[in-house]
Formats: sequence, C-alpha cells, structure tokens
Amino acid sequence: MSMIKGYRRPNGKIGIRNHLLIIPTVICANHVANRIQQAVPSSVAIPHQHGCSQIGEDKDRTHKLLAGMGKNPNVGAVLLISLGCEVIDAKVLKKEIEEETGKPVEWIDIQDAGGSVKAIQKGSEVVKSLFKEIEKVPQVDVPLSELILGVKCGGSDATSGLCSNPALGKAADQLLGHGGTIVMGETTEIIGAEHLVAQKAVSEEVANKLYAYVDNFEKEVERIGADMRGGNPSPGNIEGGLSTIEEKSLGCISKAGTAPLKDVLSFAEEIPGNGYYFMDSPGNDIECVSGMAAAGVHMVCFTTGRGTPTGNPIIPVIKITGNEHTAVKMLDNIDVDTSPVMKGKETTEEAGNRILETVIKTAQGELAKAEILGHQEFSISRISISL
Amino acid sequence: MSKLEYEQDITSIVMSDNDNVATLLKDLEAGQTLLYVINGQKEVLTAKQSIPFGHKISIKPIQRLATVIKYGEVIGAATTDIEPGEHVHVHNIEGIRGRGDKAEGDRKL
Repeated sequence: MSMIKGYRRPNGKIGIRNHLLIIPTVICANHVANRIQQAVPSSVAIPHQHGCSQIGEDKDRTHKLLAGMGKNPNVGAVLLISLGCEVIDAKVLKKEIEEETGKPVEWIDIQDAGGSVKAIQKGSEVVKSLFKEIEKVPQVDVPLSELILGVKCGGSDATSGLCSNPALGKAADQLLGHGGTIVMGETTEIIGAEHLVAQKAVSEEVANKLYAYVDNFEKEVERIGADMRGGNPSPGNIEGGLSTIEEKSLGCISKAGTAPLKDVLSFAEEIPGNGYYFMDSPGNDIECVSGMAAAGVHMVCFTTGRGTPTGNPIIPVIKITGNEHTAVKMLDNIDVDTSPVMKGKETTEEAGNRILETVIKTAQGELAKAEILGHQEFSISRISISL
Repeated sequence: MSKLEYEQDITSIVMSDNDNVATLLKDLEAGQTLLYVINGQKEVLTAKQSIPFGHKISIKPIQRLATVIKYGEVIGAATTDIEPGEHVHVHNIEGIRGRGDKAEGDRKL
C-alpha cells in the first residue's frame, strides 16, 4: 500500500500539513489577526465576517466552523484573537480545541491586552513560541487509509460531467479501496440527481437523511421565490453549456465514485470514520471547502471546467480540469489536466490514476498550485439575519 | 468514453441510449454534420445552427413540455418544440427543480 507523510497529533489523528493557525473569533479581531500573520508569514490566519450579532443556528455554525478549523489535524497549534465583547466565546472555543486534540492553543483578547498595538506585539511573540513547539512534531510514514479527501467541483462546464468528475470518481474508488475516506458536499448540486446518490445509501435511514437535506434546501429556494438558474447554474456554467441545475447535478455526482454511501452528515460535522460520506453544504466553492476543512478533511480534489483558483488556509486544494483550453489558459492554477480523455488519448481510469498519484504526492508534502500561489480563501455561510 | 469511439471520428457524445440530446466535443457551424453513437450504432446529423463545444444538440424531436434526457435522466423540459439538429440550451429548455419563481414566495416585499 502507498504511504503518505503525516504529523501525528496528541489525539492520534494525523495531519498532512503542520500549520500554525490564527483564528479571529469576530470580524473586529480580523485586523489584529492579519497583522500578526504578516509579522510571522509562515503562519496562516482566517479572517471572516462573523462572530457578532448572531443567534441560534448562525451562532452555532460560526462556532462550529472556527472550532473545526482549529481541530483539523493539518493544524499544529492555534492562536485565538478575540475582541472581548462578541457573541462567540473564545474561552469555550479554546477549551474545546485543547480538550479534543491536545494541541497547544493560546488566546489573546484585544480589550484585555490594551488595544490593537499591544495585542499585535503580544500575538507575534506567542506565534513565534508556538512555532518552536510545532517544529518539534516529526513527519512520519502513515498508510493512505488515514487520508480524508473532499471531492468538490466548481466553475463547471460540460467537460466536468463528461471527463474530470468521472476521472475523479475513479480516483475516489481507488482511495476507498485502500481503506481511505471520501466526502462529497454541495446539497445544491445534487438537486435532480439525489435519487442516484440515495440509491447508494447503506440504509433507508441514510437515504432519507439525504432527501431531507435536499428538500430543506429546495424549500429555502421556494421561500425566496426565485428561479435558481442564473445563480446555479451560474452564468459561467451556462456559457460552458450547462442548461439547468439537474444537468449540472447529474454531471457532479460521478466525482464520488461508486462506493456505498455510509452516512449523511450535517455541515462541518466531524468525519466519523473511513468510507464515503455526504456532507450537507452550499454549492458555493469557498463555503463548501471551508466546511470540509472544518469537518477534518485533509485535502480537497476540486474539478473545474471554467477554471477556479480556490484554495484554503489549512488544506491543499488540487485543481483538476477536463477542458483543454482551461488547462492551457490557467496553467498557473491547474494541477491535473484530464482533457486527453476527451480526445480519446487516455481512458477515464488512466486519468483517475494520475489524480490519485497527485493526491499521494500532495499528501507526502508536495505543494498544490493553490498553496504555491497563496490562495487561502475562507468563508462561513449564513443562515439567517444579523441582529 | 472509450478510445475506440474517438478513433472513429465521433464528434459528439451521447451519455445514455435513452438520451434525446448529444454533447458536442468541438465547435460546430450551421450545416456541418456530426457523428455520434447510440445503441451501438453510428449516426449522422446536420446542425441547424452553429453550436459551441460542450453545448447540446437534439438528436430526436422534442415536443414542448416534454422532458429533455441526458445521462439517461431528466435534465429539464422543453419550452418550445425542438427539431433534431437544433441547439438545446437555456433558450428552449428550463429546469423543473429549484423553481422558487413558480412557488408562493412568502418573503417578497
């Protein structure tokens, strides 16, 4: 079996990266978090819009996303930056990450520290000392079965359904064959194809969970009173030849391969074990990848016909295209070109093998293009109003 | 997709034998012919309009309100009668799902 390189965390989980993550608990702490990150450029920060004026499910979602990013095993240590008067409770967040992972977590409160300048100074020192701790964590050989791979598509065109998604499905089947884990998200983009995903469910209960998430999503669209088309499929999807959400969905689902669907999870819920899972999420690229990272995914394979640069602060996002023009035009961004399949020069299986090889190399430490370019998009999806 | 199909100059692909549309593997000008395989048979069709790479062409007559089939599954419904060889896209088909515009939205101000 192929081996990958991992950093073993105190709770036994392995990460394929060793990031030092700076988490602002609220938008008001973004600037301080960003300045600390700039002072120590090898660290990463996740500025976001939320953390205050939120209640109920929205507050829970923000907490879950921030906690999940901190808990992801690709992160070696965490610095939390709070303002001091926000909805998200930094103390609870710190305790949760520490207790569940055993990783070092430090916390600076801007109001307590005495303002932005003092918080930035203090934070920069804390980050430097945290780095000394995580540098001690050795890289060890671990089996491929420990890898949790998110499968995602974005900026789709007709080639996504014909070539790059089926090729990713072959790679997914192989990873699952090695005992690994696959997570597919994007509830929006199984509308019209959910019966085919549900057919693979291991039980009626799991199939019904999937139908319930799709139904819930479609009811929201009805409540808003608009046609999805134009939003999803997007103008770029339409220009690429996709006419309806059903067509897009039918092209999307092949990226998860053929394995039985073990369970359906809520957004950003921690991935419970090996096998193939579906996670409820928006189709929005950044929101979905952020949710996957917070769920503990190590890496995302992301197919794109039109060309999408999406990265993430803590997980590699591998770009795969089936469009020969995009492969040339966006060479900077594309890791794997499966367009030879469209020309009959390669089979879907062969393209799938190349995707798996890239996954293994990336899990051994090779940087994905999005990492080299510094793409670190992060966002938290909203459910309801701001107060 | 097999290597063999491409070697036979197949310029479009039909994902399932039940489909009534094919997807173009290259740009097509009006009046140009394309080849596709359905039920194991090679078929020839003339395009009625120029149609870009990745877009769909009808391979069977599709009546208004009839379902449009790709991957052997419903991808929408025709909003007008469609002849074989016509471009099939947002101008003559629409989705059936996610149609909030056809529901009673309760948040419209």
